Amino acid sequence: MSEVASAPAGPAPAGGRAAGPSRGRRAYPRYVAGKLAGAVVSLFAVLVTSFFLFRMIPGDPVKFMTGGRPVSAEQIAVYRREFGLDLPLWRQFTEYCGKALTGDLGTSYQFRAPVVDRITEALPNTLLLTGTAFVLYTALGAFLGTRSAWRHGRLGDRLNTGLALTLYSVPSFWLGLLLIIVLSVGVDPIPGLFPTGGMESGGEEGFAYVVDVAHHLVLPVVTLVAVEYGQTLLVTRSALLDEMGGDYLTTARAKGLRDDLVRRRHAVPNALLPTVTLVFVNLGRTVAGVILVETVFSWPGLGGLFYQALSVPDLPLVQGLFFVFAAAVILMNTLADLLYPLFDPRVGR
Amino acid sequence: MTAEKAETTASDAIAGTTEGPAAPGPRALARRRRRASVARFWREFRRHRAGVFGLAALVLFVLVALTAPLTVGSDVESVTDAPGRPLESPSGQFPLGTDQFGRSLLGLLVWGSRVSLLVGLLAAALSVTIGALIGITAGHFRGWYATVMMRITDWFLVMPTLVLAIVLATVLSRSLGTIVLAIGVTTWPTTARLVRAQTLAVESRPYIERAKALGGGHWHIMSRHVLPNVMPLVLAQTTLIISSAILAEATLAFLGLGDPTVVSWGGLLQDAREAGSVSSGDWWYLMPPGVGIAAVALAFTLCGRAVEAVLNPRLGVSR
Repeated sequence: MSEVASAPAGPAPAGGRAAGPSRGRRAYPRYVAGKLAGAVVSLFAVLVTSFFLFRMIPGDPVKFMTGGRPVSAEQIAVYRREFGLDLPLWRQFTEYCGKALTGDLGTSYQFRAPVVDRITEALPNTLLLTGTAFVLYTALGAFLGTRSAWRHGRLGDRLNTGLALTLYSVPSFWLGLLLIIVLSVGVDPIPGLFPTGGMESGGEEGFAYVVDVAHHLVLPVVTLVAVEYGQTLLVTRSALLDEMGGDYLTTARAKGLRDDLVRRRHAVPNALLPTVTLVFVNLGRTVAGVILVETVFSWPGLGGLFYQALSVPDLPLVQGLFFVFAAAVILMNTLADLLYPLFDPRVGR
Repeated sequence: MTAEKAETTASDAIAGTTEGPAAPGPRALARRRRRASVARFWREFRRHRAGVFGLAALVLFVLVALTAPLTVGSDVESVTDAPGRPLESPSGQFPLGTDQFGRSLLGLLVWGSRVSLLVGLLAAALSVTIGALIGITAGHFRGWYATVMMRITDWFLVMPTLVLAIVLATVLSRSLGTIVLAIGVTTWPTTARLVRAQTLAVESRPYIERAKALGGGHWHIMSRHVLPNVMPLVLAQTTLIISSAILAEATLAFLGLGDPTVVSWGGLLQDAREAGSVSSGDWWYLMPPGVGIAAVALAFTLCGRAVEAVLNPRLGVSR
C-alpha cells in the first residue's frame, strides 16, 4: 500500500534506477545484459534464502511427515535417507542447488510426489485466474485513473478515488467470503448465482466446459480486480497529474486539438511510463492476493496449493512454491526493466 | 522549509554563546521554531478534508481500544462462561450476534481492536526504524557499505512481501511477536529507499559541509542534521505502513498463522469461516471484523496521504 502512495516521491524502484546519461543505441544490449545478470543473482539469492529459511524451523521434519504417529527408529532412518536429511547441512545445500538447476525442487511430504509436478499441474489454473484479473484490473485502473486525473477535484474524481482507496483497504479474503455468501450461497431475495468454489463442475466437455470454467472464474476474478484496481488507478492518476501542467499540453491545445485528443495523444502516453513500471513492481501484492483468493474459492492453483502445504506444513512444497512466487515477481520486474527503455527513450539507451 | 529550519538551528547553536543576555537562548529559539512549524503543518493538514476525517476516525478507534478493559472487560474472551447460545443472530441483547462459543461478537470486536492496532503499530514501528536506519546510514556513508545495503534493499523490494511474511510466520513459533517480526522485517525497503534519497539531498546542502568543517562527526551530522529533516517523511511512511501492517496481520491470522490464544480481527474471521458461517450464509458473523479492518486501514491511509500531500505538494496524491 505504501508503495503506491509514495512511489512518485522516491526514485522509481526498478526502471528509474537504470536511467543514465544517454550513450547512444549501442548501450541497450549492455543494459539488457546488466538487468539479466541482476535477475540471475536475485534468483540465486532466493534459492539460498529458501534453503536456509526452512532449515531454521525448530523440530524434526520427520515428525511433520509422520504426523505424530508412533514410528520405529528404522522407519525414521528410512525417511531421513529418502529426503536426504541424514547428510551434513553443506551437502544438503549443494545437492539442493544442483537439483534445483536441473528443475528438481524435492519431494512433497504430503503427496509423496515431486514438488515440480504439483506446481506444473497447478500453474495453468493460476495463470488463467491471474492473467484474466491482471488484464481487467490494469485496464479498469488505467481507464478510471485517466478520467479521474483529467477531471481532478470534481465530484466524479472524488468518488472514484474514494471508492478505490476503500476497496484497497478491504482484505481480499473477506471480500471473497462475502461475495460467496451473497452471490453463491444466496441471501434471501437473491438466489445463488455462482458456484461457491472450485474450477469446474465436472462432466462437461468442449464448449460447455469453457462456459463452466468461465462461470467458476467470475467471483475470484471480481474479488481480485476489486482489491487490486485501486493501485493502478492511483498510480495512473498521480502520473497524469504530474503531466497536466506541461507546456506541451498548452501547445497542443493552442494548436486547436480537441480536449479528447490532447489527452489521448499527448498526456496519456507520457503518464503511462511510470505506470507501466509500477504496475509490474506491485505484482508482488497480486501474488499475495492470489494466495488468499484461491484459498477462499478453493481454486486449484498455486495459491491454494500453498495454503494446503502451509497447514501440514509440507516444507519442500512450501519451499518450492516460495521459490516460484519470488521467481515470478523477479521475472516480471526484469521484464518491466527491459521494456521500459522501449517505452521511454530517455532510459537506458 | 525543514532544511532551512535545521540550518538556522545549527547556526544558533554555534552563535548562541555570543548573543546578549536579553536574546532567548538557542534552545528556547529552537523550541519556538519547532512549535511554529508544527502549527504551520497542522494548518496545512486541516485543509485536506479526507485526512482530517481519517484522523478523527483513528482517534475514535484508539479510544475504543484503550477503554476496552472498562467497556467490555477481558472476560469477553472467556469460552467457558459465555453469556449467549452459540451462533445467535443479532438481537437486542447481542447487537452483533454471538460466535460459536456463545460469546458476544460486539465485545470480541472491541477487544480484538486492541490486538489489531497494537500489532499494526509495533510492526510499523519496527519496519520504519529498520528502514530509516538503513536509509540514513546508506545515504551518509557512501562506498561499499551503501552499495551492499542498497543491494539488500533492492532484493527485499522485489520479494513478494506477504509470501515472505507467511513463510517467516510458519517457520517461527506462533505468537504476536512473530507476526510483528514477520511484517516488520519484510516491509522496510520502501522506507529505506525514500529515506536514503532524502538523506542524499540533505547532505548535499552547504550547511552539512560547514558542520563538518566545524568538527561535527558522523553521529552529530546524522542525528542533528539528517534525522530532523527525514523525520516528516518517516512520519508519512509510518502511517501508510501501519495500514498495510494491519491488513497483513489480519491475513496471517486468517491463514491460521497468528497466536491462537488471542482475539484479533483476522482471527475472528478465521473462526467465522471455520464455524461454517459461509455455507450457512451467516453474513452478520463475517461482516463486523472485516469492516473494522477496512475502516482502520482506510483511516491510516487517508491520514498518510494527507501528511504526504502537506510535505510534498508536488506529489499530486490528493490534489
